[in-house]
Amino acid sequence: MIKDKNDIILHMEGINKDFGGVPVLKDITLDVHRQEILGVIGENGAGKSTLMKILSGIYQPSSGLIYLNGEPVKIESAIKARQLGISLVPQEFNLIPDLPVYENIFLGAEILKKPGVLDKISMKEKTRELLSKLSVDIDPDARIDKISVADKQMVEICKALAFHADILILDEPTTMLTTFEIDILFKLVKALRDQGMTIIYISHKLKEIKKLCDRTIVLRDGVLVFESPTESVSVLEMAQRMVGRELESVFPPKTLPANEIVFEAKDVSVPGVLENLTFSLRKGEILGLAGLVGAGRTEVAETVLGLRKMTKGHFIVNGKQIRFNEPAEAIAAGISYLSEDRQGAGILTSFSVLKNVTLISLNNYCNSFVRLIDKELERKKVQEYVRSFRIKTESLDTLLENLSGGNQQKVSLVKSIDTNPKILIVDEPTRGVDVAAKHEIYHFIHELVKGGISCLFISSELEEIVGMCNRVVVMHEGRIAAILEESAINEEEIMIHATGAKEEVAS
Amino acid sequence: MSQTTRASRLNLEKYGSLLALGALFILATIIGWPYFIQVENLTNVMRQASYTGIIALGMTFVIISGGIDLSVGAMAAFVASCGVLFMNYLLSRNGGNETMAIVGGVFVMVLLGGLAGAFNGLLITKGKIVPFIVTLGTMSIFRYLSLLMANAGEFASHSQAFGSFGMSKIFSFNIGNSTFSLSTPVLILLILAAILSFMLNNTKFGRHLSAVGSNSRVAQYSAIHVDRVRFWAYVILGLMVGISAALLAARFNTVSTPNFGLGFELDAIAAVIIGGTAMSGGRGSVWGTVVGILILQIIQNMLNMAGLSPYFQGVVKGIVIIASVYIQKQRQ
Repeated sequence: MIKDKNDIILHMEGINKDFGGVPVLKDITLDVHRQEILGVIGENGAGKSTLMKILSGIYQPSSGLIYLNGEPVKIESAIKARQLGISLVPQEFNLIPDLPVYENIFLGAEILKKPGVLDKISMKEKTRELLSKLSVDIDPDARIDKISVADKQMVEICKALAFHADILILDEPTTMLTTFEIDILFKLVKALRDQGMTIIYISHKLKEIKKLCDRTIVLRDGVLVFESPTESVSVLEMAQRMVGRELESVFPPKTLPANEIVFEAKDVSVPGVLENLTFSLRKGEILGLAGLVGAGRTEVAETVLGLRKMTKGHFIVNGKQIRFNEPAEAIAAGISYLSEDRQGAGILTSFSVLKNVTLISLNNYCNSFVRLIDKELERKKVQEYVRSFRIKTESLDTLLENLSGGNQQKVSLVKSIDTNPKILIVDEPTRGVDVAAKHEIYHFIHELVKGGISCLFISSELEEIVGMCNRVVVMHEGRIAAILEESAINEEEIMIHATGAKEEVAS
Repeated sequence: MSQTTRASRLNLEKYGSLLALGALFILATIIGWPYFIQVENLTNVMRQASYTGIIALGMTFVIISGGIDLSVGAMAAFVASCGVLFMNYLLSRNGGNETMAIVGGVFVMVLLGGLAGAFNGLLITKGKIVPFIVTLGTMSIFRYLSLLMANAGEFASHSQAFGSFGMSKIFSFNIGNSTFSLSTPVLILLILAAILSFMLNNTKFGRHLSAVGSNSRVAQYSAIHVDRVRFWAYVILGLMVGISAALLAARFNTVSTPNFGLGFELDAIAAVIIGGTAMSGGRGSVWGTVVGILILQIIQNMLNMAGLSPYFQGVVKGIVIIASVYIQKQRQ
C-alpha cells in the first residue's frame, strides 16, 4: 500500500475551471505516476492547456484540490510551481529575442556574484552543461532571434531543466519541429524519464503519443473521458475517444462548385514568406488551405489583403489582373476576411454587437454627404443577423467582451459577410469556440457557399479541412506542396505533403 | 439582478463626471460663500472655461483616436501671433476696412490652426512617429517661432472692434440685482460641442474614430483608412485651437507670446480625462469634456476664493488628473 502511494507523484481531485461562467474543465480527477510519460490528448478547446496552466500556477482552479507527493498544495503562481518542482514548456515560446541564450535560461532567476551583480561566467558554464546534456550544439552567447525555431524549442526545455524539476510539462512541443528534430526530442524525453523525471506530454498528434507515452488520457469538452496504458489502445481508438462521435455527421454535405473561376493567384511571391503560389477558386467552392505552423497559410490571406508586399505575380478577380495595397481595396473588390486572430484583428471587444457588425459595411447604412448613419436601418439589419445566426446576446448594445468565444466568432463572421462579398477567406474559423458553435459555423459557411459565395478555408484542424473542402491546397515552407481533390483529401495525405515527407523521399 | 448592477454601472460611467460636478458645485458654494454663487462670478467661470474648453473638444477626438497633442498651447500662441499680424497688415493698407481686417485675421488663425494640426497629423501618420514625440517637438517649434517673431514681446492688435468682440455678450438679463450674461466664447463652445458630439455619435467618421482608437489593427482589417482618420482628428483639433486662439486674442486684444496659451495642453487633456474619455482611446464623450473643463475651472475659482496661492492651483490640478485616471482604471 505504502509503495503504491509513493508511486503517485501528483494527484488532482475534482478540478473545475470556468472563465466568466463558461466551464472549461469539469471535475477532473487524475493520478500521475512517478517516472512515467503521460500523454494528454484532446481536440483544440478540450481543456488540455488550461489543465496544464493550472498545474504550473498560471491559472487557479475554480474548485478542486491538488496533492503533490501526497501533500495538498496550492500552486498560486508560476514561481511557486517552480519551487515545487513543476516546470512547463509552453506551446508559444516565452523567450526574449534580444537577449542571448544563457540570459534567457536564467531569466528571473539569475545567478548573482553579490547582490545585484550578475555572475555571467557561471550562467554560461551552467548553460553549456545543460545544452550538452541535451546533446544540442547551441552557443550560449547566441542571441535568441538569431537561432532556429528548433533550437529555440531546445532552449525552452533547457530553461525548464535549469532548476530542479520533478515534473516536466511539454505543451505541443513538436509543432515547429522537423521529423529529425522530433526524434532527438523523443530520445531526450525518454532519457529524462529514465533519470527519474515525470513527464506530462500534451499533443494532438496521436502517432507521437503512441510512440512516446507510457499512459494516455483523453480530454473532451473539459471532461476526462478516457484513461489507459498506451500499449493497449490503438491510434484509431484514441481518435474516436477524442472526437466522441462519428465524424461524418458533424459536417454538412459537400456541394458541387460551378466551373466558373472567380479568383486566381498567379505566381504570387513574397520574399521569405511565399514562393510562386498559383491556385484558383471556383464559384461556390470551398478551397482548403492546409499546412503546418509557419507554412504560410495566414500569410496567403495577408497577401491577398495587401498587408504584405508581393514582389512577383498577381491575382485575378472577375477576370481582372490586380494587386491590393490595403484591406480596403480587397474588400471593395468583393473579398472578405475572417481573421484567425479574433481579438487582435477581427472584432472590437469594447464595441457593441451592433457597431461591430456594421463596421466594415457602414457605408451601406449612410446617407448624405456627411455620412450620417441611418441608425434605424442599422438596428433592423443587425437584429436580423442576431436571429438568423443565433447569436446569444443580451441586446444589440452588449459589448463584445461580454460574449462567449463562439458568439464573438459569429459576430466576426457576420461582420465579414455584411459587405456581401463574393469571396470569403476564413482563417481558423472555429478556433477557441465550443463544439456546438463549431457545428453552427460549419453550417453557416456551407449555406453561404450554397448561396454562391466562394470560400478559401484556412485551418490547422485537418478534420475540418477534410470535412468541409472541395479541394485542398497543401502548403509547405511557403510553397504549394500539393493540390488534393476528392478521394485524395484525407488527413494522412495532407500530412505527408505538409511535412515535406514527399519531397524527402523524392530527393 | 445582474441587469440592475450593469445598468447602474453604465450610468455611473456616463454620469459620474456630472455627479462630481454637482458635488464640487456645492462644495465651492460653501467654501466661496457668498461670492462663488453670485451670477457674475458664474458667468465669469463659464467664460474662462470656454477658451481651453474649445481646445479640449478637439482634444477629445484626438484622444479617442488613440493619440495625444501636447502642442495646442504653443500652437494657439503661434496662430494668434500670425493672425494679429495679418489683421494689423490689413488695417494698415489704404482704406483698410476694420470688419474685413478682423474677418481676415480670424480666418488666418483658424486656417493656420488647421494647417498646424495637419502638420502634426502628417508627421504622426506618414512619418510614423509617436504622437507624444511629434507634438512635444512641435510644441517647442510653435512656441519659439512666436517668441522669435515678437522678440519675446507681444503683438498688440490695432483694432478696437476686435477687442470689443472679445468682450461681447450674446444676451444678458437681470436676476434680482445681478446680471447673467452669455458671452460669445461660451456660446461658441456650446455650438461646437453640439456639432462634435453629433459627429462622434451619428456619422461614419465618428464611428471610425472610436474604432481606430479601440484597436487600429481591427480597424485596418475592417477597411478603415486608419491613417486618414487619425490625420483628420489632428486637423479638427487644430481648427479648434484656431477658434480658441482668435477668441482669446480678442479678449486681451493682444498676444503676449511668452504667456499666450501657456499650460493649455494640460487643462485640455485634463478636461478630456475628467470627462470620462478613455486615455487609451476607443470611447469618450464630447459633453463629458465640457463637464470636465467646468470642473477644472470651478476648482480653480474655488481655490482663488479660499485665498490659496495660484501656484497651489497647479498642484491641485495635477492631483485631479492623476486621481481621475486612477478612478478610470479601477472601473475597468
